[in-house]
Amino acid sequence: MSQYILLRHREIPDLNQLEVYRKHGGFEAFQKVVTAMQPEEVTEVVKASGLRGRGGAGFPTGMKWAFTDKKSWPHYVVANADESEPGTFKDREIMEGNPFQFLEGVAIAAYAVQAHAAYIYLRGEFWKIAASLDQEISDLEAAGLLGDKLFGSDYSLRIYTHLGAGAYICGEETAMLESLEGKLGQPRLRPPFPPSFGLYGKPTVVNNVETLSNVPLIIARGADWYRSIGTDKSPGTKIFSLSGRVNRPGNYELPLGTPFRELIYVHGDGIPDGRKVKAIMAAGASSALIVATEEALDTPMDYESVPRLGAQLGSASVIVVDDSVSIDWVLHKTLHFFSHESCGKCTPCREGTYWMRHIIDRIYAGEAAWQDVELLNEVAQQIKGKCLCALGEFSIEAVVSGIERFEADFRTRVSDGKAAEIRAAMEMEIRNT
Amino acid sequence: MLSEKYEQEIDAILAKYPPDQKRSAVMPLLYLAQRADGFITKQAMNEIAAILGVEPTEVGSIVGFYTLYSDKPVGTYRLQVCTDLPCALRGADEFLEKLCENLGIKVGQTTSDGLMTVEAVMCLAACDKAPLFQVQSGEGLAYHENQTMESALGLIDQLRSPDAKGR
Amino acid sequence: MAKLVKLVVDGIEVQVAEGTLVVDAAKKAGVYIPVFCYHPKMEPVGMCRMCLVEVGRPVINRETGQFERAEDGSLNVQFGPKLETACTIPVSEGMVVRGFTEKVQRGRKDILEFLLTSHPLDCPICDKGGECPLQNLTMDFGPGKSRFIYDEKMHLSKHVPLGELIYLDQERCIQCGRCVRFQKEIVDDAVIGFAERGRGLQIVTYSEPGFDSYFSGNTSDICPVGALTTSDFRFQARPWELNYAASICQQCPVGCNLTINVRREDKSGGAIVVKRVMPRQNEWVNEIWICDKGRFAYHYAESKERLTQPLLRQNGELVPASWEEALNRVAEGLKTAGKGTITLASGRLSNEDLFNLRRLTEALDGKAVQYTNLAGGDLVPQVGVGLGTNFADMGAGTAILVVACDLEEEAPIYWLRVKQAAERGAKVIVANPRSTKADRFATHTLRYPYGAEAAIVLVLLNSLSAKRPDLPKEVHEVARSAEVQAAARAFAEAENGVAMFGSEGTSLTTSRPLAQACANLLIATNHVGRANNGLIGVWQSANTQGAWDMGFTPAEDLGAAVHSAQALYVAAADPAGDDPALAEALKSVDFVVVQELFLTETARLADVVLPAQSFIEREGTLTNAERRVQRYHPAVPERPGSLADFAITAHIAESLGLDLEDRNPQRVMERIASQVPDYAGVTYQKLAEVVDQWPIIARADLYYGGTSYENSQGLGVQLQPAAQRGEQIPLGWLQPSEVVSAEDMDLLAVPITRLYDRGRTVMPSDLLHQRIPEPHLVLHPQTAGRMGIADSSPVNLHLNGLVIPVIAFLDGSVPENVALVPRSMGIPITGPVPVEVEVLEKIVA
Repeated sequence: MSQYILLRHREIPDLNQLEVYRKHGGFEAFQKVVTAMQPEEVTEVVKASGLRGRGGAGFPTGMKWAFTDKKSWPHYVVANADESEPGTFKDREIMEGNPFQFLEGVAIAAYAVQAHAAYIYLRGEFWKIAASLDQEISDLEAAGLLGDKLFGSDYSLRIYTHLGAGAYICGEETAMLESLEGKLGQPRLRPPFPPSFGLYGKPTVVNNVETLSNVPLIIARGADWYRSIGTDKSPGTKIFSLSGRVNRPGNYELPLGTPFRELIYVHGDGIPDGRKVKAIMAAGASSALIVATEEALDTPMDYESVPRLGAQLGSASVIVVDDSVSIDWVLHKTLHFFSHESCGKCTPCREGTYWMRHIIDRIYAGEAAWQDVELLNEVAQQIKGKCLCALGEFSIEAVVSGIERFEADFRTRVSDGKAAEIRAAMEMEIRNT
Repeated sequence: MLSEKYEQEIDAILAKYPPDQKRSAVMPLLYLAQRADGFITKQAMNEIAAILGVEPTEVGSIVGFYTLYSDKPVGTYRLQVCTDLPCALRGADEFLEKLCENLGIKVGQTTSDGLMTVEAVMCLAACDKAPLFQVQSGEGLAYHENQTMESALGLIDQLRSPDAKGR
Repeated sequence: MAKLVKLVVDGIEVQVAEGTLVVDAAKKAGVYIPVFCYHPKMEPVGMCRMCLVEVGRPVINRETGQFERAEDGSLNVQFGPKLETACTIPVSEGMVVRGFTEKVQRGRKDILEFLLTSHPLDCPICDKGGECPLQNLTMDFGPGKSRFIYDEKMHLSKHVPLGELIYLDQERCIQCGRCVRFQKEIVDDAVIGFAERGRGLQIVTYSEPGFDSYFSGNTSDICPVGALTTSDFRFQARPWELNYAASICQQCPVGCNLTINVRREDKSGGAIVVKRVMPRQNEWVNEIWICDKGRFAYHYAESKERLTQPLLRQNGELVPASWEEALNRVAEGLKTAGKGTITLASGRLSNEDLFNLRRLTEALDGKAVQYTNLAGGDLVPQVGVGLGTNFADMGAGTAILVVACDLEEEAPIYWLRVKQAAERGAKVIVANPRSTKADRFATHTLRYPYGAEAAIVLVLLNSLSAKRPDLPKEVHEVARSAEVQAAARAFAEAENGVAMFGSEGTSLTTSRPLAQACANLLIATNHVGRANNGLIGVWQSANTQGAWDMGFTPAEDLGAAVHSAQALYVAAADPAGDDPALAEALKSVDFVVVQELFLTETARLADVVLPAQSFIEREGTLTNAERRVQRYHPAVPERPGSLADFAITAHIAESLGLDLEDRNPQRVMERIASQVPDYAGVTYQKLAEVVDQWPIIARADLYYGGTSYENSQGLGVQLQPAAQRGEQIPLGWLQPSEVVSAEDMDLLAVPITRLYDRGRTVMPSDLLHQRIPEPHLVLHPQTAGRMGIADSSPVNLHLNGLVIPVIAFLDGSVPENVALVPRSMGIPITGPVPVEVEVLEKIVA
C-alpha cells in the first residue's frame, strides 16, 4: 500500500482534476455519508479513528465534532487554511496538489455536524490557491457533488473561500472567526468555545486543512485501517514540513512516531557542508529549542514523545538549526516575528513582545551585558501564563529554552565592557537618590 | 464609484455571507478597492462602509490591522522578501540585502521610477523554497520561489518592460 | 430570581446571583480587584489582564458527581497553576478566590510594569493625575522602578483631536478598549475604533466629522488614564482643586443627575467658576451617562451676556434701575391690569418658581399660560408611568411605543434607555414619518404622513377592536398592513406597556389628540396604574411636566391670548424671539415684564426686565417626564444683581399684599406639598434620600476607574399617577385634527427637534458651535430636484409672509414634498405649514 494518505498527488498525476480524483474513489466517501450514514455515525467513525487535530494542539477531531451544540442552529464548518507559522508549508501543498480530497473532507465534516455552509479561511497570500479552490468548488457544484439536495437527499451544502490579509494571529481559531465576521482578527475569550459559540455566534467546527484531508480516507477505509498507521495514541500519518539547514527541505508525509533522525538525515538528506545539527524547533517559531543530542534525534515525533524533550510537536514544522548558528540570532528572528504579529489585545503580549524585541536586538548587536540576558529571561517569565491566547505564550518558548539550553551562545555575545558600564550607571543612580 | 464599476463582483462577494452578516464582506471588498485604485482610498472606505451598513471607522480599522492592505500609494510592484527564521537560515537576509543593493534602494523604499518597492515580510509558507519573495501588484499576488539574484533581477527586468501585466 | 451561588473571597463568604463575575462578587465581599478594561456596564473582554487572581474550584468526585470533602467536611478545593482573570469568570458554587496572595500581587506588578513600559509617565502634566486608576494602582501594586530603558519607549502624538470635543493622547492610551466598546456596544456609534496591531494598536477615527457622537464625553469619564480628555476640561484644572455640587441637567426632560465641578481661580478674577460637568449616578434616570449637550452646554450659565441688573423703560429706552424701583413698577403695573394679567412661563423654571408665579397669578385672578408647543401634560398625572417605573427593569414582556419622536435628538438618554430595553427583549414600536436612529432597535417600524400622528395611534387601537371607522384617509393603507396588526398585538399582549410621544412634526393643536390617543391606547390595553406602564411626554424643556403640575396650561392661540392681555409677565420664555407674529402681539400689551437670564427679543420689548439666576447659582426642583421630582443645588455664588425666579415673584407678591416664600425654596416646596395634591409628602429631605446602587462606583476609583460621581445627594421622588391610586381613568374624547397633507400642496414645512439648536441655553457654549448647523431645511432629493435645489445650497424660505434665508440640505429619508425645519433655529415654525422655497442658485445641468 502507498505511503501517502494526504500527499497522494505525488503518486497520482493530475489528482487536482476532478475526474482523476473521482477515478481514484473521490467523493464516494461523501456520497456514502450523505446517503447511507447518520451524522452521528460519521462522527463516531472519526472518533474511533483517533484522528487528532493537525493544526498544532492535537485535539481529538471526532470529539470536537461531537461537542457541537445541537440546541443552537445553524451550524458552520470553517477550514483553517491560514497556514502562517514560520516553518509550516504543508496545507499549501495539499490545497495545490490534492484539493478535492481536502474539499471532500470539508464536506464530510459539514455533513457530520449538519452545517449547510462551510468557509475556507485562507491567508491572504494564498490568493491563487483561493482562486483555484473557487474553480474546484464550482466544478463540484457542476458535477452535483456540492449544492442543493445532494445525491437525492435533503442535505444541501455550499463551500466558500475567504481570504485573510496578512495576520498570523488569524490562525488562532477565535481570531479567525472574528476576522471572518469582518472584524479585527483578535482572539475571543474562551470559553465559550467555537463548538458552542463560533461563527456569528453559532456552533462551529474549526479544523485545519490537513486534519480535514484525512477524513475521506478514514470514511472510505475505516477507523481500524487508520489506527494501523502511526502510534497507538497518535494514529495516522503527519506531514512534516522540514526547513532550515538541511539538504532537502520539503514536506514529508510519515507515520506519527517517526524519529527526528530519519526525517532529517534520510528524508532531508542531512546537513549542508557536513555540519552538525545544533537545535531543532519542532513546531515552527512557536517551538522551544530542542538540544539536538543523539537521544533527541532518536525521539519519535508524536504528540506524546516530543514533550519529553521539553518541547511540543505542534504543527510538526521542523526547523533545523546547525552548529554554525548562534541561538541569540534565532531569538532575534522569532521575537521580531512575534512582536510584529502580536494583535495588541492583551497587555503581556503587546508590551512584552515589544520589550523582548528591544532586549534581543541589544544582545544580538553585541551591546548588551549578561544582565540583559537575565532581563530577557525574566520578561519572558513575566509574560508566561498571563496571555489571552497562545500567541503570547508561544513567543517565549524559544526565549526561555534558548537561554537555558544554549547559555554559552549568549555568554559569548554579551560584552564585559557593557556590564561595567551598566554597573557604573547603577552606582551613579544610587548615589543620586 | 466601486458599486457602479464592480456591481457584479460586489454582488457575488455579498452572496457568500448570510444576508444579516454583510460585514463579513469587508475584507474581499477591500481587496476589490485596492485592486481598483492601487491602494485603499478614503472614498473607498466610505463606500464600503455604506455597502455594508457600518461606520467608515470600522472599515478603516481593518485596513490598519492587516498588512496586505495599504491606505497609501505604493510602488506598482511590491517585492516582498520573506526573512523569517526558516528563510533566513537559507540566506534570505543576504538575498534581500543584495537585491536592494542592485536596485539602489534600502528596504522599504521604492525605486526612482516608482515601479519597485522592496520590503521584508513575515513567513509566506514556502520555507523550503527560500530565498523567495512575492510580488503584489494590480494583478494580485504571485510567488517567486527558489530565487537567485540572477533570476530575481531577470524578473524585475520583465516587470519593468512596458507591456508587463499589473502595470 | 436567579439562583444564588456561594463562594469565598479572601476568607469572606459571599452569596451572589448565578452568572455574576468573580470581580463583581469580590466587590460585594468588599474585596477590590483592580481592573482597567473591565467595566460593569459592558461585556467583559479580558484584555488588560490586571484582574488576575487565584481561583480554586471544589473537586467533583467522578463516580458520585458530588463535591469531594476532607474528613472535617470542608470542600476539597483545587487551584489551577495559572492566575485567572476575575473579570471574565462567572462564579460557581464552592469557588474560592484569592485576591491578594503574593502570587497575585506579583502578577499585578508584572502587568503594571508592562503597561508602564509604554506609558509616558507625564502624570505631573496629565489631566487625569489625581483621579487616575493607573496612577493609583501603580502606587498600590506597581514596581517602584521600571527595567525598561526609557528612550526605547514608543513615542506617539499627544494631541490628536478625534473630534472637536475629544482629544486623544496616543502615548497615554493603554489599549483597554473601554471607549471603543462604549461607542459600539452602549451607544451604537462606532465612530472610533482600533487600528494597527501589537504595540502599534491605536484609537482612530475614519468617520467624518471625526468623533461625532452625542455621547462622546462619557468616553473621557471611563478612560482609566488621561488618554481621552474633553476640550472643555483639558489643561483647565487639577482634580484635587475641584469642589463639587449636585445638580440636575436643565436641557431635556430626562433630568440626568449631574455633578458640577468648580474651583476658585485667579484668571476668572478670583471668582468660583464651573470647570466641568460630570454625570452623577442615578440608575433610575441616567445610570452613569450624560449626553454631550448636558455636559458642554452649561457655559450659557456663565455667559458674559447675562443680565446683572433690573432695567426699566423710560422715554422708550431700557435703562438700569434698582430692584426696589423695578419691583414697585411691576407691582403697580400688575395691580392696574388685575385679571387682565397673563403670566407666561416655560418648563425652564423650577417647580418652586412656577408655584410662586401661579399663586401670584391666582391672586390677581389672571391667567397662567405655559409657553410650550406640546400638549398632554395634563394626561400624565392621570395615566403617566407608575411609581416604581425604571427603564432598567424593562425587557422581555414590555412594549414601548415611540410615536412622533426623534428620540435621540429630543432626549438622548431616553434613546439609550429604550435601546437597552430592546436589547433585553422589550418590543419597541417606532412610529414616525421618517426613519430615525430609534429604528435600529425597533421591533416594529410604522410610517405615516406628517400630521397623522394621532391617527396612527388610533390605527393601532382600531386593529385591536375596531371602534372608529372614521380614520383619515392618509392612514387607510397603513391600517391594513400586517406590520400594524403585529405591532398592535405586541403592544396589547405585553405585560407592561409604555407610550412615549414627542414633537416630530407636531403643533400644540395636533399634539393634543396625539397625547389623548396614546392615553386611550394605554387605558384600552390596561397599561396604566402600574410601575413600568403609562404615558411619557418627551417634552422640550426640563420641567415642562412640573409646569403642567403647577397649573400652567398652554393657550390654544397664544397670539390672541397675548393680544387680550393688559399686563404680561413673561418668565423664561422668548416669544418675540421665536415668532415675529408674537412680537407684534406683544407690542399691543400695555405692560410687559420679562424675567430672564439674557436680554432676549422679548426683553427688548418689555417695560421692566428682571435679571434671574441660572441653575448653577441656586437650588430648586424639576419634575422629569417620568414624574420624578429631583433637586439641584447651587454650585457657584449667585451672580450679583440677579435673584432666583421664585424670589423675584415673591417680592412682587409682597408689594401686592400676598405672602409668598422668598428666601428658601425648601419652604416653597413645603407649600407645594400642602397645596398641590400630587406633590403631597414631597420634601427636600425625601428628595435627598439615597439607596445602594449597582454598580458601585467612585468609592475606590481604583476599582471601576471611571470618573463618574457616586450619588450621595439624592435620587429624587417619583410621583404616583391617579390611575395608580385606583382612580378609573375614562377614555378621552378626541378629535384628531385634520391632516394637512403634503400631497395636496407643493411643499409642507414641518417642525422637528434637533439636539443642538440655536437656543439661548446652547449657543453661548463655543465648544458646540461646530455641531450647531446654520438655519436650514431638509428636503428629499427628488423634491429638491423637482425644484432645482442642490444639496447645501442657499434658498429663501417663504413662511407665513416672512422671507427667511436658509440652507437647503438633501436627505433621502425625508418624505417627498416635505421640508423639515428644525425648531429654535431662527425659523418661526410652530406646526405643519405650507411654504414656498425660492431657489437662489439653480442647479447647473
